[in-house]
Amino acid sequence: MAKVPVQFTLNGSEKAEFVESGATLLDVLRDKIGDTSPKAGCRQGTCGSCSVIVDGELRLSCLTLAETCEGASIVTTAGLAEGGVLHPLQRAFMDAFATQCGFCTPGMIMAAKALLDRNPDPSRDEVVEAIAGNICRCTGYEPIIEAVLSAARSNSISAA
Amino acid sequence: MRRFAYLRPARLEEALAAAAEPETAWLAGGTNLVELMKRGVARPARLVDLAGLEDLATITPLAAGGLSIGAAVRNADLARHPVILRDAPILAEAVLSAAAPQIRNRATTAGNLLQAPRCAGFLDPGAACNRRAAGSGCAARGGDGRDAAVLGATEACIAVHPSDLAVPLVALDARLRVAGRDGERTIALGTLYGADGASTLPPGELVRAVLLPAEAAGFAGHARYLKLRERTSFAFALVSAAAALRIAGGRIVAARVALGGVAPRPWRPAEAEAVLAGAVPTDALFRAAADAALAAARPIAENGFKIELARRVLVRALTLALRGTPARVPALAASPFAPAGEGARHG
Ligand SMILES: Cc1cc2nc3c(=O)[nH]c(=O)nc-3n(C[C@H](O)[C@H](O)[C@H](O)COP(=O)(O)OP(=O)(O)OC[C@H]3O[C@@H](n4cnc5c(N)ncnc54)[C@H](O)[C@@H]3O)c2cc1C
Ligand code: SF4
Repeated sequence: MAKVPVQFTLNGSEKAEFVESGATLLDVLRDKIGDTSPKAGCRQGTCGSCSVIVDGELRLSCLTLAETCEGASIVTTAGLAEGGVLHPLQRAFMDAFATQCGFCTPGMIMAAKALLDRNPDPSRDEVVEAIAGNICRCTGYEPIIEAVLSAARSNSISAA
Repeated sequence: MRRFAYLRPARLEEALAAAAEPETAWLAGGTNLVELMKRGVARPARLVDLAGLEDLATITPLAAGGLSIGAAVRNADLARHPVILRDAPILAEAVLSAAAPQIRNRATTAGNLLQAPRCAGFLDPGAACNRRAAGSGCAARGGDGRDAAVLGATEACIAVHPSDLAVPLVALDARLRVAGRDGERTIALGTLYGADGASTLPPGELVRAVLLPAEAAGFAGHARYLKLRERTSFAFALVSAAAALRIAGGRIVAARVALGGVAPRPWRPAEAEAVLAGAVPTDALFRAAADAALAAARPIAENGFKIELARRVLVRALTLALRGTPARVPALAASPFAPAGEGARHG
């Protein structure tokens, strides 16, 4: 069976790739396009490190077949900084020491972004729920929760 | 992964025609199927994606009362749909107790009901597994039994059904609208599962919708799903219970009960419902109902603890149901309900 063409936008730029039947979105992002911000952790949906935003919705790229992404609009953590200026969530993760080994960070930031895009002023419980599918083995989660809440606060200050 | 042809039909007839070919699988959210394909446990030659069939993704009222929940409605959409929150908030509670946001964003109604067992033997193509290859044996026999059933296990297979959503749906007498090339039929959700929990749907047939009967809404004010697991989120049920009561004049007019994590199928203990029906609700009554529900339970290896756990979870679910459905369904077991007072009660 021949390779299959797939086109989508990644962080605002058009991509057209020929993918193997069965390739996941994670494979294509990392190995074909070279965006290594989504991490290959468990590859079974249990760790959340491969999370990306597809058409505005948080998804696991490891369980998403690339062929199903035709025409989709995909956002990864690599696309968040603008003109060398970090996204408020990236800043907040640094400021709150919400990163140690860093492996879960891009997935966490995607989960947090999906939350804040929908709910700019979340409660602590809502933050906890939003990152429930993202496993972190280093921080104990508290600094991550703090970072998301502080990014939400700084967003609402800058929007005011 | 075996190579496959990928189709995304826009019309039901096209989809049914495509699925008439051998070795075809329906692809819904893919959160279960793609993992099984990666492991080599599922090896379809063709995938028919349901994403192009728009009427599968809607929730609509039925002419005779009740609701039709499209097979491809995403779990996340089900859990926040205003009509579900009004008429069957227990479904939202069950869905929100399952998996994680990124999975619920993709996972669908029918995909959830038809997910494969999480049994290690089933997931390892090298292991003996009667569910995967009839007659090959059962790798889970001889294990510690943690994931094994205590009710309804068969000689061939002891794995429990992993779905949360199926538990309250079975309790509420949900039916399925099933389409095939020869037309459509309606079946009770309970009959979707064979004795060992495997799907009884013939190849090529499609679940179009889950039908919730009009009576279900009568339980909305007193219906709870309680799930016990080894951490407060993102884990399958060790045991779970759906308890739905209709109360009038201080009595239980009708009771619907189902258990999860204990049997190869979502388990509906009619004995427990009979104990509850017509009675005045008390702790003793709830304990008697739970005893009746678990009377036939038998441990496998070291899982005897599940029997007592299931009893207690059912008593607790009944107690919470009696207290009344809260206005805000808890997203996490650990998160607080809406503060008592104004608007704290459902409906
Ligand atoms: C890490 C993780 C944790 C999870 N935790 C939980 C949990 O706690 N509780 C829980 O209940 N679930 C849990 N799940 C399972 C998850 O809910 C299921 O994977 C999901 O519901 C499957 O839905 P889907 O639409 O992705 O199905 P798919 O993976 O697309 O399909 C699953 C099966 O259903 C068939 N199918 C799908 N739609 C139809 C249809 N309309 N007609 C006929 N056949 C159909 C497919 O062919 C396939 O055999 C978890 C999953 C993961 C990965
Ligand atoms: S319990 Fe069932 S699913 Fe698990 S290995 Fe045995 S036969 Fe297979």
